[in-house]
Amino acid sequence: MTTSERNVVLHVDDVSKNFGGLHALSDIDLEVEEGQTHAIIGPNGAGKSTLLNVIIGRLAPSSGAVVFDGQVLTGRKPHQINQLGVARVFQTPEIFPELTVLQNVMVPAFAKRDGAFRVNILRNVAGEAALRDEAEAIIEDVGLSDRRLSHAGSLSRGDKRRMELAMCLIQHPRLLLLDEPTAGMSRHDTNTTIDLLKKIKARGMTKVIIEHDMHVVFSLADKISVLSGGRIIAEGLPDDVRGNIKVQEAYLGGAHRLEATH
Amino acid sequence: MALFQLSRRDALILAIFALVVITMPVWTAPFGANYPGLMQKFAIYAIFAIGFNILFGLTGYLSFGHAAFLGVGSYTAVWSFKLLTMDALPALLFAVLISGLFALAIGFLSLRRSGIYFSILTRAFAQMSYNLAYSVLTPITNGETSLQLTLQDPRLIDLALAPRGAGLPTASLFGMSLSGLSGFYFCAVVLLIAFFFAQKVFASPFGMMLRGIKSNQMRMSYTGFNTRPYALTAFVISGMYAGLAGALLAVTDPLAGAERMQWTASGEVVLMTILGGVGTLIGPVIGAWLIKYFENIFSSFNEGILGRFFDFVPAPLHDTVVAIASKFVGEGWQLTLGLLFVLVVVFLPGGIMEGVRRIGALFRRRGSPPKAGAMRVQPAE
Ligand SMILES: Nc1ncnc2c1ncn2[C@@H]1O[C@H](COP(=O)(O)OP(=O)(O)OP(=O)(O)O)[C@@H](O)[C@H]1O
Ligand SMILES: [Mg+2]
Repeated sequence: MTTSERNVVLHVDDVSKNFGGLHALSDIDLEVEEGQTHAIIGPNGAGKSTLLNVIIGRLAPSSGAVVFDGQVLTGRKPHQINQLGVARVFQTPEIFPELTVLQNVMVPAFAKRDGAFRVNILRNVAGEAALRDEAEAIIEDVGLSDRRLSHAGSLSRGDKRRMELAMCLIQHPRLLLLDEPTAGMSRHDTNTTIDLLKKIKARGMTKVIIEHDMHVVFSLADKISVLSGGRIIAEGLPDDVRGNIKVQEAYLGGAHRLEATH
Repeated sequence: MALFQLSRRDALILAIFALVVITMPVWTAPFGANYPGLMQKFAIYAIFAIGFNILFGLTGYLSFGHAAFLGVGSYTAVWSFKLLTMDALPALLFAVLISGLFALAIGFLSLRRSGIYFSILTRAFAQMSYNLAYSVLTPITNGETSLQLTLQDPRLIDLALAPRGAGLPTASLFGMSLSGLSGFYFCAVVLLIAFFFAQKVFASPFGMMLRGIKSNQMRMSYTGFNTRPYALTAFVISGMYAGLAGALLAVTDPLAGAERMQWTASGEVVLMTILGGVGTLIGPVIGAWLIKYFENIFSSFNEGILGRFFDFVPAPLHDTVVAIASKFVGEGWQLTLGLLFVLVVVFLPGGIMEGVRRIGALFRRRGSPPKAGAMRVQPAE
């Protein structure tokens, strides 16, 4: 494979999604290249989360299809899509509040190791030293070591988000979908998270990231798509999109935030 | 071997539990509960509740129909006695298998829904099972009159080995009769095995996945788990526990009636589990013991006993006090149980085990003040 050849790993092909009369997504085409970080920005209600929901199989598209690494995801069950190597951080953290942070991070590791279903009664969780060590290392990466024996439900919103990120990272997904991963985090934690995401990027993980914080977007993105009213209204390299502010102003209304990060 | 490994903590709990169960005839004596018939029930319903808790406590799926599997276990065991042998082991084995198959079918259908709809489905299936047993399947269940041993039973294996004796036989284990105290000890050993297996489930990755389903089923599926077969496996395991308990009821008294499948029996195991502590290992056992104690001892109190108990009350009030108190015993024992249940659920939502934990924490705090922020999460015991 030559370096000039584009290796598209995620292909959103002409996807539309209607909720009754509401066109949440209209004819979305998106190509994400292997190892790249693709940011999706746009105002509230633009359809960003809906797009991720279609990719991970939470919602079936009204038309169109999603292809990941040559496999059609559309029509597959969420657990099958995850087993193909797609993990997601949700906009509102989806965690196991009654379990400890350590357990929260270990559970996904079992899915990765043992598959979608395995009745494993002979083993003892306490004896899974390798998995626990890995979980503890990743918990340390996201900066939650001192909370690892706390109930996840007792964490702050930002900490829940970091833990959810750890839950995804322990699976070493090939495609990581992040829905506003730094919302609710302090500036300091946001920067730590950016560093962490840069580090995993260096390992070649492909990411789609939705973010309102332009500092995060321009720190991480290789490519940006601007979504508004369910349509992609602009797309390009970060500098192109930044220069394209005039076009966005009408839709984004938050263009000043883009300029502010110059 | 991995099969027999327990963490040190679990091994200790098992040892203490074994001691408590084996010495039951001693410590139940002061409560007037040390007769074999009741202690057998203590062991049997503890098994029922432990199994129920594997489903309800770990996955959060609340079944209102588990008595159906108890009944299936009893019928299967009695048939095993009638057709093959009075030996208890084949009866238990068949009961566990058949009730497991029943649970597979009912669970497969019921688990298509969750929450209250799941509960209603299980309740409906149990009601259907009851009606089938009571009238439709009379050739198998003997309907109203209950399935019993008769002097004409083929008992193929037994009669091939020895001639038919006079009178009805009792269940046995390798030729040893299982009536009275030996019947209790047999149930006790089965209880310990059932408890050990539950410990294995609780400590295993499988148990952890079930807890994940209870906590956030959606997260489980986006994490790569096919949650339906996990819940179904838990359902089948708990159905097998119920079948095992039902078979033991038949071992201690070779008789199976449809009323064993009635919805009140399904509700009872829910009460046992909640009363003792959902999701804990010991809680359901305590709940089962308390409820069976109330049922058997409180219900046997009559006005004569109460009259003597309240002897110290002056004469003009005596009859009134006895009259009021009598509403809570005898036929009214369920009133007392209901009150106890309400008190526990309101003040100790985690059941009696939560009370135990709180008292434990109180003592620990007295001993050494905990460091700030050093909140250790206790695994369920
Ligand atoms: N399950 C649903 N049923 C009906 N309407 C929905 C559903 N999910 C989303 N919508 C609607 O679709 C539109 C797009 O919603 P979406 O959550 O994708 O927006 P978003 O870009 O993620 O916004 P935000 O930045 O606020 O998270 C909104 O108008 C929303 O109300
Ligand atoms: Mg959103």
